[in-house]
This record gives sequence, structure tokens and C-alpha cells, in this order.
Amino acid sequence: MIKYTLRRLFQAIPTFFGITILSYLLLWFAPGDPVSLLTFSPSTTPADRERLAARLGVNDPITVQYLRWLAGDDWMRIDDDGDNISDRCFILPCDADGDGVNEPPGERYGIIRGDFGRSFTRPRNVIDLIAERIPATLELGAISLMLGLVVGVPTGIFAAVRKGSGFDNFTRVSSVVFSAVPIFWLGLILILLFGRVLFPNLSPNPFMLGGQCPPVLIGGCPPLQGRLLYIFLPAFVLAAQVIAVYSRFMRASMLDVIGQDYMRTAHSKGLSRRTVWFRHGARNALIPLATFLGPAITGLLGGAVLTETIFSWPGLGRLGFESVIQQDYPMVMAFVIIGSLATIVGYILSDILYALIDPRIRFD
Amino acid sequence: MTTVQNTIARIEVAEEHRKSESLTTKALRRLRKDKLTLMAMAVILVLVALAALAPVIEGQLGVSYTQVQTESRFLPFGSFPNILGTDDLGRDHLARLLYGGRVSLSIAFFAAMLSIVIGVSLGMITGYYGGIIDDVVNWFISTLNSIPQLFLLLIISALFIRTTTDSGVFPLILVLGLLGWTGTTRLVRGETLSLREREYVVAARAMGANPLRIMFVHILPNLFSVIIITLMIDLGSLIIAEATLSFLGLGVKPPEPTWGNMLQSARDYFNRGVHLVIMPGLLIFITVLCLYVIGDGLRDAFDPTAKE
Repeated sequence: MIKYTLRRLFQAIPTFFGITILSYLLLWFAPGDPVSLLTFSPSTTPADRERLAARLGVNDPITVQYLRWLAGDDWMRIDDDGDNISDRCFILPCDADGDGVNEPPGERYGIIRGDFGRSFTRPRNVIDLIAERIPATLELGAISLMLGLVVGVPTGIFAAVRKGSGFDNFTRVSSVVFSAVPIFWLGLILILLFGRVLFPNLSPNPFMLGGQCPPVLIGGCPPLQGRLLYIFLPAFVLAAQVIAVYSRFMRASMLDVIGQDYMRTAHSKGLSRRTVWFRHGARNALIPLATFLGPAITGLLGGAVLTETIFSWPGLGRLGFESVIQQDYPMVMAFVIIGSLATIVGYILSDILYALIDPRIRFD
Repeated sequence: MTTVQNTIARIEVAEEHRKSESLTTKALRRLRKDKLTLMAMAVILVLVALAALAPVIEGQLGVSYTQVQTESRFLPFGSFPNILGTDDLGRDHLARLLYGGRVSLSIAFFAAMLSIVIGVSLGMITGYYGGIIDDVVNWFISTLNSIPQLFLLLIISALFIRTTTDSGVFPLILVLGLLGWTGTTRLVRGETLSLREREYVVAARAMGANPLRIMFVHILPNLFSVIIITLMIDLGSLIIAEATLSFLGLGVKPPEPTWGNMLQSARDYFNRGVHLVIMPGLLIFITVLCLYVIGDGLRDAFDPTAKE
């Protein structure tokens, strides 16, 4: 088991490096350079520009820049005697600008040590900005995932058990409907419905406001009870497709299990139908659901961008979207890396969970 | 006596013939009975026809999808001649929906074609050859799939499409097409892996057919059902992807209408133009729903294990 986990982790390393290279190249080819982005003020002198370029290291070769971003430059230029002038240098020349004085020592730790640099648009470290938005998205994502499991799974099981019934047809149609509806439009329509049609006189209307208050997990304004009203619509919108996917998947999985020999055996032993369906059937039908954990994380992160933007939810999705719009490169890179890491971890957890639940799967 | 035997013989021949029916013939026969799928196909055809006829309809109604008319802003449904009302600049909503449909549908169509061509070729190559190509492509796919898809789309659009000076239709097709092939590749690769071992492929190889011929003459035709099902589902997701990007302001730029960017501007006019929020989304929804239904219907029709 441990060996299996280690091997899966080991396999993830090339994927992770692929992502870092891919995202670095992407931004390298992107039009516009960070220096001109940061110095749009007309009073900036060319000398200031040069200094900024040197500080950001944009004139170094791409491989050096990539390496600095990945692993930091505190080991590239080392200051031994504390005079803020580097004494030992690797890869980079100590005196880059040729003025006879060595450059200051490197101060960056690189993304593999959690240093994503500073945001271009906000005067803070990227990692802090992201960390303070995590609770809001976690709250939204966890509730949506829970809704998806609590509603989607039983729906799928019942639909399979009562195949061809009215309930089955109804859930099948709604699952196609909810996978086809664009979630941003669903959000708009729900805001319209709840804010204008159903509760036009509520002021302030929690359905219209979305997340005007910080979420509970970081000490938000309304108590949990009031909070539920705020989170109701965004969580529903985010959960709608999760429910649709899970119920469809569970139905197929349960139908597959119902056709198995051991189900017939259980029936013929005279067990009650409920026991057969739920103890012998549903438990086996649930196993493949473990593979959904990985895709679920990606899906929720992607969905969060839209849901949070529409409902002004102060989470990661909205921050990510704003960073993209503002071309805040360090933030965007951090989002790509962290989002991908979450996905990779999700997939690994899926595999391990799958192997743990189903003893027929061998670890080697 | 002979006539009876003749009849029996004829029945047997007919049954034999029915049994030897190809999967495609069988699928078509099943499809003809599948009312829901046929209905969805009809709806799609009507939508495509309406979008194609947009200039004609516009001319007949005497409205314009570009003409700004400040005196008739936010006209509601059922006005004349603006049947579906007007938008925030007094442009005819129906005409904009039709022209928007043209753009949205063509982006989805061309992007789907691009991703299918890439996906099928890569899938066949990796499935047929295996080895190092297979490993490299698989590594690339799993890398690409690890980055949350919507986020990748947003970034690429923000970096490249926003900097173009025109409406951004062509770059959007490229971006959507170049990012959407991974699923198709995996699917086709799996199919090719099993087709590669079939007797007729082995026979063709034994007779000295080159790999290109085997792939295009012996494997590709057998991928037909997989490709057509994937195409329908892809078209649906691409319409949503285009709409999402345009809605967020990172896709097709106004004044060129698409269903997505019409929703973007409508969001700011919740109070005065509710109809502007409803219609574009409804059209996206209906189109995608029909495409998914067709995809499902085709999957059932082409399912070789399905019972009559």
C-alpha cells in the first residue's frame, strides 16, 4: 500500500514539471512584458526601467529565469559576509551589469519552496493573497460536493432500482438538462428569480447580494443561519452539474451491479429486496465513484471561477479571474500551479481510495 | 410443395440478410424509431437554418442588428417590428440572436472539426504505434488535463485573444480547437488498440499494407461511430465554452454578437431588460441540450450489445 502510494507520487513528478514548463512557456510567449506592465506611469525614466528589469531578471536567458522561478535564486547568488553584495555565485554571473560591483544576493525561494513572488497589482505576496481566499472557496466547494453526493448518489441508485419508472425518467431528463445548462446563465436566472420575482421586497436581499460578507470560516458577519441564505444559490449552481453527473454515473454503475450473478444469488437466498439492493448492490456500485474525486476537484475549481464571479463570492475563483484580467502574471502562474497540484493530488487520492475500497484491485 | 419450400428458403435468406446487416444499417434503423433523437436533430437543423437565413429574416422584418437607435432602447417582447424587443442600444434583439447564433455555431463547429482532426490522428498514431510516441503524447495529455480546463482557457484567451484587434472569432476557434482534443485522443487510442489486433488488420499487415493504409482504410472506418458521438458531445461543450469565455469578456468582442457576449452586456441591465438575459441563454441551453440528446441517441443506436 505504501509502496503503491509512493509510486503514484513518483509518477506525478514528471506531470508536475510538465505543468511548470508549460505554464512558464505560455507566459513567456504572451504579448506584453512585465516591466512595461509595471511602469505605465509616464514619469518612469529609462534608468528606472533598467533597474526594474534587472531586479525582475527579465534580461536573463529563459532557462535561468525558469530555474529562478522554480527553485529560487537564493542559492545562485550567496552573500557570505552580510554586506548585501553577493560573494559566491552559481549559474548567474556575480557582476551582471559590468559596473565592477557584485549584485545583491538572491532573495527568492522559488515555487517549489512556496515562494510565488509578489503580486503585480496588489502590494503583497501572492501566496498570502491566495491563502486568505481559500476558506471561502473551500466552504462553497465542500457544500457543493456534499450536495452532489447526498442528492446525486441516492437519486442514481433509486433510478436504477426502479428502472423505467416515472422517477427514473424524470431524473434522467433532469440530469441531461442540468449538464446542458450553462452555469453562468443558471446563476443569472436564479438571481433574477429569487431576487426580483420571489422576494422583490427583501432589503438587503441575500440572494441578490451574493457574498457581500466574508465567509464563516474566517469570521464572517452573519451567523451560520444567515450565511446559509447567502450560500444557497452559489452552492446550488455549483452543485447542479455535480448532481447531474453523479446521478447518471450511479445509475449506470448500479444497473451494472444489478445484472451481476451475486445479486441473483442473494435474491434466490430469499433476502429481502431492500437488503439485496442496498447491502449487496449499492455498496458495490459506490466503488467506482472513488474515481470521481480527481475530476471533481478540477470541476469545482473551474466552476468556482464562474459562480464566484456571478455571485461576488470572495473566493479563489474570483481572485483568479481578476488576476487573469489584470495580467497579474505571478498570481496567474500561482493559480495554474496550485490548481494543477490540487488536481494531481485529487487523482492520486482517487486511485488510492479506489484501491483501498476494492480489494480486487492489486497494488502492484 | 415446392412453393412452400421456396417460401421457407426465401424467409431464411431474408433472415440471413437481416443478421448480416452492418452495424451502421442497424444503427440507422434504430435511429428512425428514436423519436427524441430525431426531434433534437430537427431542432438543431431549424436553429442552423434560422442562423444561416439571418440576413434574409433581418431584411424581411426591416430591422437591423447593428443599427443603434437611442429612441427605442429596451423595447420588450412583442414590439413591432422588433418581435423580441431591442437591447440597450436599441438594436433588434431577434436579429442579434440570429447573427449571434451564426457566430456561436460556427465557432463551435470549426473548433470541433479542428479538435476531432487532431484527436483522431493522434489517437490512431499512438494506438497503432505505441512505444515512445504513445508515452510522450500520454504524458502531454495528462499534463494538459491536470490544469483546470476553464482556467487554462481563460489564461490563453486573456493573453492572446484580447490583444487581437478584430472580433477574435478566428483566434478563439484556434484556442478551443487546440485545447479540446485530449478526450478524443484517449478514446480513439483505446479503440485503435483493440482494432489493431483484429484479424483483418493482421491480414492486411501480412499482405504488406503500409501503416498509413491500415490506419485510414481499415481502422478509420471502424471509428466512425465513436467519432460522430464525440463530435456531438464536443459541439455541445464547445458552445458552452465559447459562451463562457465571451460572457466573461475573454471571447468574441462586441459589437460582433454571440450568445455568450450578449449575456455579458445583458447582466448590467437586469432592471430594464430582463428579456435580454433570458433569450441568449435559452438558445445556448436548447442547442446544447439537443446536441447531448443526439449524442446519447447515437451512442444507443451504435451500441453493438444493445438488444432489438
